[in-house]
Amino acid sequence: MKKIKAVNDFVIKFANVNGTGSASANNMFAKSLFRMGLPVSPKNIFPSNIQGLPTWYEVRVSEKGYLGRRGGIDMMVCVNPQSMAKDINEVEPGGYFLYDSSKPLDLRLMRNDIHFIGIPLKDICQREYKDPRQQQLFRNVIYVGALAALLDIEFQVLADLVADQFRGKEKLITPNVHALELGFHYAREHFTCPLGIRVERRDAVGDQILLDGNTAAALGAIYGGATVAAWYPITPSTSVVDAYEKYCKRLRIDPGSGHKNYAIVQAEDELAAIGMVIGAAWNGARSFTATSGPGISLMSEFLGLAYFAEIPTVLIDVQRAGPSTGMPTRTQQSDILACAHASHGDTKHVLLFPATPKECFDMTAEAFDLAEVLQTPVIMLTDLDLGMNDNMSEPLRWDDKRHYRRGKVLTEEQLESMSERFGRYLDVDGDGIPYRTYPGTHATKGSFFTRGTSRDEYAVYTEDSEAYERNMQRLLLKWETAKQEVPAPELIEAGQSSRVGVIHFGTSRDATLEAIDMLADEGVAVDSLRIRAFPFSQVVDAFIDSHDIVFVVEQNRDGQLRSLIVNECEIDPKRLLPILHYGGMPVTARFIREKIAAVVKGDNVTPLHKKTGSKETNR
Amino acid sequence: MTYVRPNFRHPELPVNALGYTRKNYEGALSTLCAGCGHDSISAAIVQACFEMSIEPHNVAKLSGIGCSSKTPTYFLGNSHGFNSVHGRMPSVATGANLANRDMIYVGVSGDGDSASIGMGQFTHAVRRNLNMMYVVENNGCYGLTKGQDSATADRGSTSKKGEPNPFEPIDLVSVALQLGATFVARSFSGDREQLVPLIKAAISHRGFAFIDVISPCVTFNNNPGSTKGYAYVRDHLAATGTVDYVPFKQEITTSYDPGQSKEVSLHDGSVVHLHKADPHLDLASRRSALRLIKDYKAKDQILTGLLFMDEDSQDLHDIVGTCKTPLRSLTETELCPGQNVLDKLNDSLR
Repeated sequence: MKKIKAVNDFVIKFANVNGTGSASANNMFAKSLFRMGLPVSPKNIFPSNIQGLPTWYEVRVSEKGYLGRRGGIDMMVCVNPQSMAKDINEVEPGGYFLYDSSKPLDLRLMRNDIHFIGIPLKDICQREYKDPRQQQLFRNVIYVGALAALLDIEFQVLADLVADQFRGKEKLITPNVHALELGFHYAREHFTCPLGIRVERRDAVGDQILLDGNTAAALGAIYGGATVAAWYPITPSTSVVDAYEKYCKRLRIDPGSGHKNYAIVQAEDELAAIGMVIGAAWNGARSFTATSGPGISLMSEFLGLAYFAEIPTVLIDVQRAGPSTGMPTRTQQSDILACAHASHGDTKHVLLFPATPKECFDMTAEAFDLAEVLQTPVIMLTDLDLGMNDNMSEPLRWDDKRHYRRGKVLTEEQLESMSERFGRYLDVDGDGIPYRTYPGTHATKGSFFTRGTSRDEYAVYTEDSEAYERNMQRLLLKWETAKQEVPAPELIEAGQSSRVGVIHFGTSRDATLEAIDMLADEGVAVDSLRIRAFPFSQVVDAFIDSHDIVFVVEQNRDGQLRSLIVNECEIDPKRLLPILHYGGMPVTARFIREKIAAVVKGDNVTPLHKKTGSKETNR
Repeated sequence: MTYVRPNFRHPELPVNALGYTRKNYEGALSTLCAGCGHDSISAAIVQACFEMSIEPHNVAKLSGIGCSSKTPTYFLGNSHGFNSVHGRMPSVATGANLANRDMIYVGVSGDGDSASIGMGQFTHAVRRNLNMMYVVENNGCYGLTKGQDSATADRGSTSKKGEPNPFEPIDLVSVALQLGATFVARSFSGDREQLVPLIKAAISHRGFAFIDVISPCVTFNNNPGSTKGYAYVRDHLAATGTVDYVPFKQEITTSYDPGQSKEVSLHDGSVVHLHKADPHLDLASRRSALRLIKDYKAKDQILTGLLFMDEDSQDLHDIVGTCKTPLRSLTETELCPGQNVLDKLNDSLR
């Protein structure tokens, strides 16, 4: 029988029951490989449920550093009879299936093209532990110990992880290490170790860290100087504010008085959450909220107010599968249009698209500067995959010399020295951005009325058409200014002349870059452009212009980013070929490669050929 | 509606402790209908702030959408105002208050704004005991959309064009009492003697100070069948008593017989004197207030005046333990933990 053989390059998946404590054992597995210097990409695949339903954890190990989903499972660790039939079928031919053999396997489920590894996890636990909860918890630790033998994981690395995990609760260390040993020895005694797939220590991780995007965003809010957070719990964004609170308690308490230099309000709904953010920002504090698609729907009215009244507003949207309640615990990139144009009327919002935890951190901190400099809402769009999974990332960095950019705010002294009348919506500098004042700044100068209704340059209510149009035009001018302020796209050229380009953003990055490498191995050179913000810079137009075929990879049904590009850059839609993946699981490299190959090879396009006609070479 | 207001003011207008005249507390010209009760409320706010010598720019005035919500334009012209979205003023006020606890927050809302579209936000601002004065200018109808009944319209009451309202009203005062509001009052826009001291006390109260002011809509709800018109309200008024507001440091000279008067201290040291008309009212008891409101309603009377007050009120900042410095005034030094902390954090994530 075929046997998958691979060193440091495989996909392993764990099938567990939600709520049984498997997450920490699975996490320990992933982290042990990471500490052996191997790039890993763990993904939680969990139901919208608290307890009892099947839940999975998929870990990709890739010495080359590919972190997107690859597709296919080389080894399944199945501790959930409920999903066993499905789990067995997912294993690639020649792969491995580790299961709890305390009960004999249903013969109807057997496959003769994969290798079965039965370990009586339940029996071992019942023999070793009396407490039912321990029997459940240690079952997970035992299979991690078995995997150490089967995959050649250094046992000391696991033992160190246990010590780190239970620092402060030392009496838990010994029983956990014992459980690891039980599994380790059982596997050694009953199977030929290691299997065809295994790991070897490398130095392929460098100084990178493993962190989830939501925590990184929360840290970005702390470093960015946010003092007010208002939110309403919603998966998958809840952990943003949870983490913000956790770190605020460590980093933002005045040691003398014990007072907090932050405020967190769990609002009654998303409408109130965004209202509080707007109220705080209007009054001069940096404030933010975190939500997901259904929350964006509810916040839209207020976002329109913030756009029109020009109030800095920071929003983190951790996207999940929509529309409506959609699939609350599945990932998508489908709030692009809803966020870009949130609210009625002619409204456009600045969007940021991070791809890594480092970018979640950087962009959140940057969002506060952008929002205040531009006096407008800034929405950072991450997704469940980035937000809730541990992702490998560059370490977080902060320049201690950095100062917050608070934008055009007039001080009391500046107002005092002004002889002319203060005009809240006057475009003094020709960049579309007016000056604002915080409430309470000056006794007689600089006060104004903030409203969602039309007004003139002096913030006086008016329904005059010309005043309205001037204001709307100024907002467009500000939009042009925003293009210079937002993060630039990331261009990766194929290294040789290419007629094929791929545009992608956010979490589609890893799978897209891997797909491009696969295609390169097949002789197809592809350039890529990762969009990091809306409004788009001129680089996007230029990239599309300089390629004959441009794919747009996104994780939604309708090609929302593509629509936005077509609209904003006035591109012929035929020039952009959508690659759409929207089943709720992160897009895989295989999927993207196939889509590109089908067109490029099917069209008999030989990408390395020079094109005849006016466009001799592409670059 | 007055189209022209002369700029002339008597050169020897009285001044307050800040040296300001009443003019310093006025706003833009009202665009509401002539005789609108809301304008009287604006005037009462102007008078109260003038007499209290409040720095106008230290007040933030916030509102939602509707006739009532237009009124912040018409008082305290040197204050920042915020006309937010319909019914959602409480959340904006919450955020503003969190950003700077040192300012005075005046929220003006209407019965449509607070009892329908914004009912949720109203109740939660009460729950959090947000430090603000929250005034509902209650006329029982929607003026800007031409006279539909609102959720506070009494059952059987008719608006100018309408059928009798078939539904029970929402009594915001009772709601506020039940939700734990720490200062609750009701008044009538036509009774400035009662309203001005209530506004002063509400501004001085630490926590959520709610005043429901019945404020007739002269255009759509001032007809004989209406229970929120001038004639009906004047005929059916009853008061808890006469309210005196005595600022801190002012000597208290009057005294009333025990059982007939009540003194309540506010956190800033000022005092509210209630000279009781109804001896059954216990200002410290929500139950007492709720019972009296019902009793008077059963007699077809509208009970006005100060109804409940919690002297030991703790506002949102007290409850959550925020620092004394306004959050908006904190700088990078206080807010940003720096690279050192990140280094340790990065290490812990490997």
